[in-house]
Amino acid sequence: MEYEAVIGLEVHAELKTGSKAFCNCTTAFGGEPNTHVCPICLGLPGVLPKINRKVVEFGLKAALALNCQVASFCKFDRKNYYYPDLPKNYQISQYDLPLARHGFLEIEVNGEKKKIGIARVHMEEDAGKLIHVDGSGGGYTLVDYNRAGVPLLEIVSEPDLRSPAEARAYMEQLKAVLEYTEVSDCKMQEGSLRCDANVSVRPLGSREFGTKTEVKNMNSFRALQRALEYEIERQIAILESGGRVVQETRGWDESRGVTVSMRSKEEAHDYRYFPEPDLVPLVIDQEWIEKVRRELPELPNSRRERLIRDYGLPPYDAGVITSSKALADYFDRAVALFPDAKQVSNWLMGDFLRLLNASGLEPDASPVKPEGLAELLKLQQEGTISIKIAKQVFEEMFATGKGARQIVEEKGLVQISDAGELAAIVEKVLAEHPQVVADYRGGKDKALGFLVGQVMKATRGKANPALVNQLLKERL
Amino acid sequence: MELYYLTAHELGDLLQRKEVSAREVAESFLERLETVDVKVRAYLTVTPEKALEQAARVDAARARGENLSPLAGVPMALKDNLCTEGVRTTCASKMLAEWVPPYSAFVVRRLEAEGAVMLGKLNMDEFAMGSSNENSRFYPVHNPWDLERVPGGSSGGATAAVAAGEACYALGSDTGGSIRQPASFCGVVGMKPTYGRVSRFGLVAFASSLDQIGPITRDVTDCALVLQAIAGHDPYDSTSANLPVPDYRAVLTGEIRGLKIGIPKEYFPEGMEGEVARIVKRAIGRLSDLGAICEEVSLPHTEYALPAYYLVAPAEASSNLARYDGVGFGLRVEGNDIIDMYMRTRSEGFGAEVKRRIMLGTYALSSGYYDAYYLKALKVRTLIRRDFEQAFKRFDVLATPTSPTVAFRLGEKAGDPLAMYLSDLFTIPVNMAGLPAISIPCGFSQGLPVGLQLIGKPFDEETLLRVAYAFEQNTDYHRRRPELGV
Repeated sequence: MEYEAVIGLEVHAELKTGSKAFCNCTTAFGGEPNTHVCPICLGLPGVLPKINRKVVEFGLKAALALNCQVASFCKFDRKNYYYPDLPKNYQISQYDLPLARHGFLEIEVNGEKKKIGIARVHMEEDAGKLIHVDGSGGGYTLVDYNRAGVPLLEIVSEPDLRSPAEARAYMEQLKAVLEYTEVSDCKMQEGSLRCDANVSVRPLGSREFGTKTEVKNMNSFRALQRALEYEIERQIAILESGGRVVQETRGWDESRGVTVSMRSKEEAHDYRYFPEPDLVPLVIDQEWIEKVRRELPELPNSRRERLIRDYGLPPYDAGVITSSKALADYFDRAVALFPDAKQVSNWLMGDFLRLLNASGLEPDASPVKPEGLAELLKLQQEGTISIKIAKQVFEEMFATGKGARQIVEEKGLVQISDAGELAAIVEKVLAEHPQVVADYRGGKDKALGFLVGQVMKATRGKANPALVNQLLKERL
Repeated sequence: MELYYLTAHELGDLLQRKEVSAREVAESFLERLETVDVKVRAYLTVTPEKALEQAARVDAARARGENLSPLAGVPMALKDNLCTEGVRTTCASKMLAEWVPPYSAFVVRRLEAEGAVMLGKLNMDEFAMGSSNENSRFYPVHNPWDLERVPGGSSGGATAAVAAGEACYALGSDTGGSIRQPASFCGVVGMKPTYGRVSRFGLVAFASSLDQIGPITRDVTDCALVLQAIAGHDPYDSTSANLPVPDYRAVLTGEIRGLKIGIPKEYFPEGMEGEVARIVKRAIGRLSDLGAICEEVSLPHTEYALPAYYLVAPAEASSNLARYDGVGFGLRVEGNDIIDMYMRTRSEGFGAEVKRRIMLGTYALSSGYYDAYYLKALKVRTLIRRDFEQAFKRFDVLATPTSPTVAFRLGEKAGDPLAMYLSDLFTIPVNMAGLPAISIPCGFSQGLPVGLQLIGKPFDEETLLRVAYAFEQNTDYHRRRPELGV
């Protein structure tokens, strides 16, 4: 039987407001443990939360960018559960009246566009972090509350995703939107963007949902896709063998490449939600909503359309360039200095991203700035260096931070375009390979390539390839 | 009269005229406290060094000719659920027996700014849950008017201390009557301001939507003075109202002619102590003699207030008290794993009444029961609020007994939670509606004080004070002091 997967994602994004959701502590990542805390975020007896207006503003931005309807009236609720990283043993969240609902996000997979529904967007506070220390006698656990109270936005999709690839595309697109609106850093490794998935499978064509599982602990786009692929296969295998999928929460084990059961439905928490009595309901007036809407930056999809329209970039290129705001900003700056957009895009998608990924850097932290890339491309365009040398120079620029021209001069990499100088080398190569020359003359066209290669080798890549070709043909 | 039995405004006058020093006043109270607290047991923590240091600062400021608040140099004490930086704040619980807050409550900072002298922290029912002070995990408080009887609760330490001359005034908290009922039992003035009038920041929460801090004083003028000092907006309490604070002393004119006072008939139920009802009615008669127009009114949903309260308050408490888990602060009893540690800590840290309410509240919020209990209780709360809104269309103030009885004997109701809960029958609806109310002494039944409760419109503490003051000006119950055999 053929099966279809039904996937919905719950995404948590840390908002990069300067201070926490309900107190004045900093949200900065990576401080000494328990230094970004105060009585409020430690949940000491007697304290009260105070909503940070920025959190609502950031939430509004994201909600509007996700095409949601913003509630004019929303409230906070308490989600009650015991966990040592949660200072009050309840989380201030939003339950039945969230900030926004009924949005959508457009994704594109294999050239097909699809709208994925956003069920709701709500604000809540993050918990602290537990650090388990092994030791004799069973070890112990330390708690770092620096993250406790950092604002989160929870974005829940409708179960509209039908494949791991769609889920990944949705997640990438969502990340792009949150980055473009500058509400979150979206660093999955640091945990500022986290994702849980609800997954079920059903016979293709069926309209009813199968029993779902919730999959957690997916810390990268790749992990998300792999975990979903595994989980879907697992569920299909159960159904195929006549079994039934158990409703439960499962964790993705990255090293083993499997999902494992964490807790069953019976063990699920009863969160005993009720309205947070320490905070008054939020009334969001239309004026505020419209102001935030007016100030929304250009979003990934329209920027992508713009790159296709204005620069004639292929849709694929435009998609890759705009998937990250930093990359798209980089592109815009480089194109302003070197107007061959396709050339710039080729470089960005090729060597630039390859080196960035290898060094784990974001585009805006690249040692090669847009000005540097434009300078390199100009050197290549005016014929000072060949494409091959350009790649070599780029690596050097990336490694040392030096300018293109400086490297070319220091290493004597200027292209040899002097026919007289090259003619001597051509003569020498021809003399050294009489058999190849004979082959060529006998009709083996491929032999020319070998001879060009020999000239390039002799000049350590600096010879102007077009000129070498021309000279060889003249002599043969 | 001894210094320790004067009111704050009387002491303020003496201090201002430099007839006594703040140090002398503080010493008088500290000596008194040492003599009588072995019997009353109102204090959990006494802070004589702090008191003398604060008094010295006031004396120095006065010597420099600074213009000081009328409360400067007047000794007071705080219910032990108000956070005091550097001074342990126990909530009369084992859970917090050694907890020292790193910050002070908003009201504490306000009083400090006024030059208040803090004598210490006052006994209470554990986490403010109780009506007799017998739920203190340290020791029960004894009523200064009869040491065999309870002072009421949960602010029983506060009202007993003020009645016994162990503090000139105190701050208490009132969730269902915890200021007014013990004020009534101890013959002092106790006010629960409108919800939102006084910041709750630094008040250890019992039921957040009901809790309110208020003054416990020896007369109405002091009540106005202290309210003046603590009322007002606090950006750190989202539920505190951003409204101007009127001059409360300006309304103490003694004039109440033409004022309309409603007498809710549901507040004189059958089976209520006849003597208490009689004394309260006589007091209302006095108000009418002074020119007020007193008429009966009905608050039809009154009988549902108590059951609804015992869903809302425990529900919020079950969540508010979840943080006492042995992880970050307070008591920790080690266990085999985290769950075991939680269970041992909470089993040992909390007393029976607190556990009872946590269980009630957890149940009321549980999935499948929420609609039937918590949600229903919220609806009842709306009905109770509407009852009052209707009544306040016709009346300026409502007058009722504060509690159906006078102070009962220690142990008398300790084994019967329901009988105990009934003690707050007349005070609970006021919290459910978020209204201001004051209890003032209005007579004695067999030597025990009886309280008159006046209930006002939201943020109209002025009219309450005006009526209470007029009554006080024409009676002398507020001048009586217990014998205490010393």
